[in-house]
Amino acid sequence: MILKKFNIENKKARDLIPQAITVLALLSVIIYFATNAQINMGNRGISFGFGFLNQEASFDITFSMIEYDGSHSYGRAFLVGLLNTILVSAIGIFFATIMGVIVGISRLSDNYLIAKVAEWYVEIFRNIPLILQIFFWYFAALRALPLPENGISFYDISFLTIKGWYVPKFIWTNFNIFLLSVIAAFIAIYFINSYATKQREQFGKQIPTTIISLTTLILIPLITFLFLGVSLTFEYPVLKQLSPTVFTYAGGVSIIPELIALALALSMYTATFIAENVRAGILGVGKGQKEAAASIGLNKNQILKLVVMPQALRIIIPPTTNQYLNLTKNSSLAAAIAYPDIVLVFAGTALMQTGRAIEIISITMLTYLTLSISISIFMNWYNKKMAIKEK
Amino acid sequence: MNLIAKPSKDNIKTYVPIGLFLVSLSFLDVFINAFFNFNLMGFLPSQLSYFLPLILGFIGFYLIRIEFSGVRPLDVLNKNINSNNFNALLTLFTIFIIIKSIPPMLDWFILEANFVGNSKDDCTGDGACWVFIKVWFNRFMYGLYPDAEQWRINTAFLILFSVVGVSFFVSEKLKKYFILFLVFVFPFLGIKLISGGSFGLEYVESAAWGGLSLTFIISAFAILFCFPIGVILALGRRSSLPAIKYISIGFIELWRGVPLITVLFMSAVMFPMFLPDGTFIDKLIRVLIAITLFEAAYMAEVVRGGLQALPKGQYEAAKSLGMGYWRMNALIILPQALKLVIPGIANTLLALVKDTPLIFVVGLMELAGMIGLAKTNPKWLGMAMEGYVFAGLVFWVICYAMSRYSQNLEKKLSTER
Repeated sequence: MILKKFNIENKKARDLIPQAITVLALLSVIIYFATNAQINMGNRGISFGFGFLNQEASFDITFSMIEYDGSHSYGRAFLVGLLNTILVSAIGIFFATIMGVIVGISRLSDNYLIAKVAEWYVEIFRNIPLILQIFFWYFAALRALPLPENGISFYDISFLTIKGWYVPKFIWTNFNIFLLSVIAAFIAIYFINSYATKQREQFGKQIPTTIISLTTLILIPLITFLFLGVSLTFEYPVLKQLSPTVFTYAGGVSIIPELIALALALSMYTATFIAENVRAGILGVGKGQKEAAASIGLNKNQILKLVVMPQALRIIIPPTTNQYLNLTKNSSLAAAIAYPDIVLVFAGTALMQTGRAIEIISITMLTYLTLSISISIFMNWYNKKMAIKEK
Repeated sequence: MNLIAKPSKDNIKTYVPIGLFLVSLSFLDVFINAFFNFNLMGFLPSQLSYFLPLILGFIGFYLIRIEFSGVRPLDVLNKNINSNNFNALLTLFTIFIIIKSIPPMLDWFILEANFVGNSKDDCTGDGACWVFIKVWFNRFMYGLYPDAEQWRINTAFLILFSVVGVSFFVSEKLKKYFILFLVFVFPFLGIKLISGGSFGLEYVESAAWGGLSLTFIISAFAILFCFPIGVILALGRRSSLPAIKYISIGFIELWRGVPLITVLFMSAVMFPMFLPDGTFIDKLIRVLIAITLFEAAYMAEVVRGGLQALPKGQYEAAKSLGMGYWRMNALIILPQALKLVIPGIANTLLALVKDTPLIFVVGLMELAGMIGLAKTNPKWLGMAMEGYVFAGLVFWVICYAMSRYSQNLEKKLSTER
């Protein structure tokens, strides 16, 4: 009895020592840094605090999705940067997914040429640093575009020039009604799908959900156009002469070359990784599954849709979300070509102006950290939901 | 008589020659069009002559699509690029695009490119101006390192490569000493040689380092340090001691959750605030610490994957032999776990090499940074394409070689279980 107790205590003590040392070491490093920071800030006459976020920023941002000019606050500038980061990430994720899926499937094509081309695409774009690809598109490829006066025209409604891509602007009337109708259509589709699933599981009835869903999605918003006063007109960009030699486009929306270069490089680079995930996912579904599906009489499309894809997606989705996360973090390379994302606007310009290194870097890092952690929490939940439920 | 009979073994003698003729005609048309700028079918209406190669090729491929023809080359061809109409179309498009894109590429890279000369004015052709690379080559390799001292960088890398080279041919016992030398002695010897300041060598401050050699130096040191830190973090994350476990988790997730560029910003502007007033840590060392810690977190997750994949029996067997924690990990667990995750380790190291250009945010210039500097030189404006294509090629060769080597290593070390 005594011996047993002694042993347990001994183990506890043995476990305690390394933990205590680690915690103490960490604490002392933190305290050392904190005191130094305090002394340094005291010497420079600045005090720690986030009050500066309300001060006037007095710098301009070249591209903003919300109203912003120099008279707004640093907090607002942070928001502009954050929205720009989200914008370029969303565009990048959209195109990277499409390209990644196409390339991934092409790599498994039974056409030798297509498979080889896809393989080389992956090998080339994956092995060149992303920053070089961004530089290439921005400094080399997009700089070769023509000046506004002889921009590349797409049916005279959209123009590609060295100063950016000018596209028509959407002018909505009663946009809210339209938006509500789209939401309503999605809710309707959800109910149709759950009804169809029930019918299929209970009575074995197949309902063509894809066609019904598509018609709903088109019909309901169409009704708002016809009866509820929603309308859409376009404002086209028009060439305007500023001075004898300087031209520009008025009207429309201008997509700045920084955004184009960044979105292009991000999606082409990330697509290679997504393609590998897609390939691994499809290869990961056992051959027996396909053969079993074929032997019970499913056709090629049904095998892909009902048997292969649901299982492949389970393998594909986790690493692909990781890639989405990487893409979002990589969008911070925007700072290299002066696309006004959160790093350039906030950790760059705002930091230079205020000198508040600790606050600003912490906010920037925390923003990314929040983004990453929320996505990984969501992914863990999703994985649990999708995991094979063993009976 | 059935003229449009389905291609089969019966009409192989007529269909295959006609089909092959049509396919070659369509390729020939595109080829001549692309290389000699001459439209073979120019006598036809423009719309038709534009699509004619596609139509001819498509019909040709249809005619030669004969199942089980018994002619081996034909069967192989059909199986690989011509299994159905859709595949035939894809094949045609791919080949057309390849043929179309060769001449402009060839022109730009070689035929119209300029190789001789010393200034931008010598670049008279329409193609690339490789003179730019030639003139700036020294800077791209060594940065702003003084010309007279560059032999020191060369010597350091020469020693490295020769030691690595020799170590492939010596016996296992000697190899151990070579590796020990490379890991524990050489890095510091090399850095002393490059930075100088003693043994009669002139001191070269780290701000002058740059170019490709800086890429190598940073990659080598970061790899050297991030690996052991990563392993320790991975072990820490799987530790049964809560304090160590949660500190490791926090550390790993912190670094993995933020982009490298913000970490570098931190090392540049925030870190000096944390040091006593007046202390100054060299920019290069701060960057190295930042990159090392950042990549170590990724390395830790890779190693953890390997640790988790090992069957529990390995741990139990090691413990039943009376091994302690460190001996068990060093002799039984890690050798197997690391072998399992070689692809992951290689990917992390590749990512590290690809991340090195980011050091531009603190003002250090490796290859990409030097090209940025060179292309803004007033005498060499408009050379961005040449510069970035060159840098892309260099990085591609390095990264591709690394990924190939790791694949080989994986095959060599894989043991059946």
